[in-house]
Amino acid sequence: MRNFKPILLVEDDSVDAMTVKRAFKDLRVTNDLVHSTNGEEALEYLREQSNESPCVILLDLNMPKMNGTEFLKIAKSDDILKKIPVVVLTTSSEERDIMGTFDLSVAGYIVKPVDYKKFVEAIKTIDLYWTLSELPEQKTGAQDAKLEVNTARRG
Amino acid sequence: MQNSKSILLVEDDNIDAMTVKRALTDLGSKETLKRSTNGEEALDYLKNDTNEKPRLIILDLNMPRMSGIEFLETIKANDKLKTIPVIVLTTSREDRDIIESFKLGAAGYMVKPVDYDRFVETVKTTSLYWTLCKVPAKE
Repeated sequence: MRNFKPILLVEDDSVDAMTVKRAFKDLRVTNDLVHSTNGEEALEYLREQSNESPCVILLDLNMPKMNGTEFLKIAKSDDILKKIPVVVLTTSSEERDIMGTFDLSVAGYIVKPVDYKKFVEAIKTIDLYWTLSELPEQKTGAQDAKLEVNTARRG
Repeated sequence: MQNSKSILLVEDDNIDAMTVKRALTDLGSKETLKRSTNGEEALDYLKNDTNEKPRLIILDLNMPRMSGIEFLETIKANDKLKTIPVIVLTTSREDRDIIESFKLGAAGYMVKPVDYDRFVETVKTTSLYWTLCKVPAKE
């Protein structure tokens, strides 16, 4: 990505998560990878003011406690969270999952390749596309400063 | 739309439209590029059941009659059309356009490069990503 904001990976499988981390390293992606192991954890991370908002969310679908689709529904009905692009990264090629997530405005849907080389290619393509794309709130610093000024005035 | 071989380009500027078309041809893309010159025309095209639903929509923002943002708002409120991924391709770098597009569910926001070669790269990267991605199948 072009900025230094973290990428949030929502993935319950530790091997898959490690594979993503490894691919990031091999590709020299400089963004921090924040890892939540299910939807609930991811929401907690996102709602915590002191945490940096991710530039992109990579979302697994099949997870315990709160699966990907449930997480997506909640994130996309939240005025602040809805504008963060979400890319599904899953083993499922079920039509109902594809349709269901595009219905909730996902910005990509990738079926995890089994082959590691192909997996890295996929991550590379994701990185290329989202580096090229503009992203909302790129100038976080400026916006936070504005927020502080407004709060001060009200006080 | 997974099986669909068409991309809908919503773009009022003829030169930009030709550039996209040329870039896709240069890439050897097998997809048919359908073009509408404004949001209203695009909606008419999409609502006509005899037309194949595109697997992707590439959307300019600054257009007469119906702006890109209005178009985006309209199709995202339509149950049948909302699942088609929309990628914004525009000259606008305005934060408010970027934020509004993503709030409305755009699946990417590309600023049109002035340089032709970079323009081709942009189209190429977009095409690569959306070839990798699964999209909803035809209804």
